[in-house]
Amino acid sequence: MNLDDLAGRRWTIRERILRMGASPTGAHVGGSLSAADILTVLYGAVLDVRPENPQWPERDRFVLSKGHASAALYAVLAEFGFLDPAECDTYGQAGGRLAGHPLRRLPGIEFPTGSLGHGLSLGVGLALGLRRAAASQRVFVLLGDGELQEGSVWEAVMAGSHLGLGNLTAIVDRNGWQISGTTEECLALEPLADRWRAFGWHTFEVDGHDLASLHGALTAAPGDGPRVVLARTIKGSGVPMFENRKKSHYVTMNPALHQRALAGLRTRSRM
Amino acid sequence: MTVQVSTELGADWATRYAGACRDHYRRVLLDIARADPRVICVDSDTGGLEDGFAAQLPDQYVNVGIAEANLMGVAAGLAATGRIPFVNTISSFAATRACEQLKIDVAGNNLPVKVVVTHGGLSGGHYGPTHHALEDMAIVRTLPHLTVVVPADAAETERAVRAIVSTPGPVFLRLGRSATPLVHERPYEFRLGEAVTVRSGDDVTIVATGPYPVHFAVQAHERLAERGISARVLDLHTIKPLDEAAIVAAASQTRGIVTVEDHLRIGGLGGAVAEVVTEHRPCPVRRIGVADGFHDEVGSELELLTVAGVSVERVVAAAAAL
Repeated sequence: MNLDDLAGRRWTIRERILRMGASPTGAHVGGSLSAADILTVLYGAVLDVRPENPQWPERDRFVLSKGHASAALYAVLAEFGFLDPAECDTYGQAGGRLAGHPLRRLPGIEFPTGSLGHGLSLGVGLALGLRRAAASQRVFVLLGDGELQEGSVWEAVMAGSHLGLGNLTAIVDRNGWQISGTTEECLALEPLADRWRAFGWHTFEVDGHDLASLHGALTAAPGDGPRVVLARTIKGSGVPMFENRKKSHYVTMNPALHQRALAGLRTRSRM
Repeated sequence: MTVQVSTELGADWATRYAGACRDHYRRVLLDIARADPRVICVDSDTGGLEDGFAAQLPDQYVNVGIAEANLMGVAAGLAATGRIPFVNTISSFAATRACEQLKIDVAGNNLPVKVVVTHGGLSGGHYGPTHHALEDMAIVRTLPHLTVVVPADAAETERAVRAIVSTPGPVFLRLGRSATPLVHERPYEFRLGEAVTVRSGDDVTIVATGPYPVHFAVQAHERLAERGISARVLDLHTIKPLDEAAIVAAASQTRGIVTVEDHLRIGGLGGAVAEVVTEHRPCPVRRIGVADGFHDEVGSELELLTVAGVSVERVVAAAAAL
């Protein structure tokens, strides 16, 4: 799939995220929109996965460590054939499969996530298991930036470089925000790239809304150790009224607000 | 499932099973891993495995260092690629420090991760309360899909370890640290989830789990016999799933039940037994265990158990009063 095609789909995916935000429960809209392009590139042009056979043993593995971006994941899984797009309308509904944080019984979900600080350890285990089996698949883990405040992440970071896991890629959705404010106000992460480098990871810094840059970093030939892609993103990306706003972390929209958000999205998609 | 134990490995029964459950576990794990390449030993700097297991089977060993949260996640990831990870740490670190990873990543996903912990109960002895685990059973028996096993001696440890390899889901195997008495004196049938009747009896039932508790229960049986009281002794090695039939039978056929454990009186074996009889066959239950509190006395495992009130005398007194 070429990136021009994805450039159109990214807006469909955002519309779907907003629709889930307009559901009765609301959704983590800000962090879903910031991760939307990362997930679009992953599923559209990077991961070797088969929607018709989600458990295909030779598949690449993906773990959404920032499980609260479930709306973005559902929107992307629907876009690329893992889910019927109509199922997105069941988000948060009793008896459905689309929880606020992803469940393992959903096609394409390797692990249920949502408690921050778990995903990279799972990725280390997956990457180690695949390497010991001499398999060529790769493992990708998407983390939030606020999530990096969890100490367990750094246990996994140490293990990843110590074990030399060249088949492991971490992606950080560096939108700069968490619930109570900016990451730098709450518990500073910078100098973030230096920190990852000091822990022995090949560190790429890219614009997390530039599909070609994301694609380049995520498909660069595997090296002798793990890599991290620090994706600079905008919380609420694509919807002007949500962009870089603390309040966009969790959003519940009434129909009027939903229409306003969609109108804002369309001004961007036409740019 | 009946566990087959090869008799070729050794010597007579008592010699073969002398020593600490922990040491015997490590020998058995190596034996199992040699025969099954899916088995991988996941270490967290516990000490000794790097010279023993890793020197023999380096491709089936990984040490993630002193990082127990990561330890559980890595094991879950490995299991998802078809491995059978044997996770090695201390009980307190698995059940409390890494509890959330154990709950969600290992147990919640029903993955075949075998968490083998040492320093259960007060077996950490003089190391003190940071290395004791008095709430571990109460915690782990609430976790989904998890089988919880507490062998009473090295013979039972071997049977339990061989049994859990082929159990499809996750397991928490709780061991002590130092050498404890051999309570099973001859070959016997071991099945996960089924209590072993160590001594028969009709008047009262003593239900025990773990090395010293089962040992105390057997000694109490002898002393009660001298007083004309016939005490049934059950080694309840599997805390989850619980052998409810054996407990209900004891409640039906004897005057009451005394439980014995190296664990808090809250939520462990005593709590589990009380839950069953309350619902199915009410009978008097007396729980011998460690009182609520933070226990920072100094002593050996046996001394600390005595101070805590887990002793033959207490078991005898409780059973005689039923």
